[in-house]
Amino acid sequence: MCTYQTEVLTVRASGKTAAGWEAMTDATVYVDHPIHFSAGHALMIDFLNPNLGASARVGLEMDEKSARELAHSILKALDDAPPGILDN
Amino acid sequence: MTHNLKTETISFVGNQGDEIEGYLALPTDVPSHGSIVVIHHLPGYDESTKEIARRFAANGYAALMPNLYHRLAPGASADDAAAIARNAGGVSDEQLVGDVQGAMHYLQALPTSNGKVACIGFCSGGRQSFLAGCRLPLDAIIDCYGAFVTTDSTPEFPLSVRGLLGEIPGITGQVLGLFGADDQYPSPEQNNELTVALTAAHKPHEFHTFEGAGHAFFNVDRPSYRPESAVEGWKIIMKFLNKTIGEHHVHLPN
Repeated sequence: MCTYQTEVLTVRASGKTAAGWEAMTDATVYVDHPIHFSAGHALMIDFLNPNLGASARVGLEMDEKSARELAHSILKALDDAPPGILDN
Repeated sequence: MTHNLKTETISFVGNQGDEIEGYLALPTDVPSHGSIVVIHHLPGYDESTKEIARRFAANGYAALMPNLYHRLAPGASADDAAAIARNAGGVSDEQLVGDVQGAMHYLQALPTSNGKVACIGFCSGGRQSFLAGCRLPLDAIIDCYGAFVTTDSTPEFPLSVRGLLGEIPGITGQVLGLFGADDQYPSPEQNNELTVALTAAHKPHEFHTFEGAGHAFFNVDRPSYRPESAVEGWKIIMKFLNKTIGEHHVHLPN
């Protein structure tokens, strides 16, 4: 199915798009049919900057195992970093 | 037979008078033809759906696919436009119906049109095709595995998608539904519920459920493709169109 369930986040980030590095202001996370990844459904992440146009985008498509391990790794890296080292 | 055809990207008037983009595929060797509006799936105005439009033209029908995301991302690639549309909450039912209505009027105004128009959609477009058939005077409505036709989306979904059972009285055309037995969105139980509702409302319809097929079995680019079901499904679609919007196709003299 084309799922309509989408997590929408406001982010402070940069991403390397086809045009080079851009500021990313939005992120969406969802499960749906991937464009390129060979699976019926996949976990998708888009980083976007709608103010710069539709091509200001970094997209990822992955299977469930990869997504869960990625999420775990992100949290582990943050938890293991020395306190106060990240700019917030 | 395979008809000669031409394709072009056009601009036409969609919902609320907006000029939007569309992909038009026309048979060029028939004196008149039925027409079909092709609704792209949530991943967008993409190459695989343009190929479907060309398939209809090769079978003697004019086909027009509105770019439902044109307003949000004019000129963008299909995947980028789909990402922007999802971020913005998707396309409302009202906008969809307005865009399909504009496409219907464009097709009916073609000098070779026989006046009859069908609508088809796959996946999210399946629900949207059914929706358009409830609100517009379409001659034929084809729903390929559209979810949320009989049920509402759950409250946490950012885009509210309503079930359409209450709109069935508005249907004027014949309905064709094509589904996979292994699909849960929509499930066979939901498709049965839809059959019961259409029968109760005296709406002509035929549903086909393919064993061994799940969701998106027509999609040749994806692992969900089931060639036997898809080949049979296309035969059913063309037979249905011949019955509802077709006519005897005669080659124009050279």
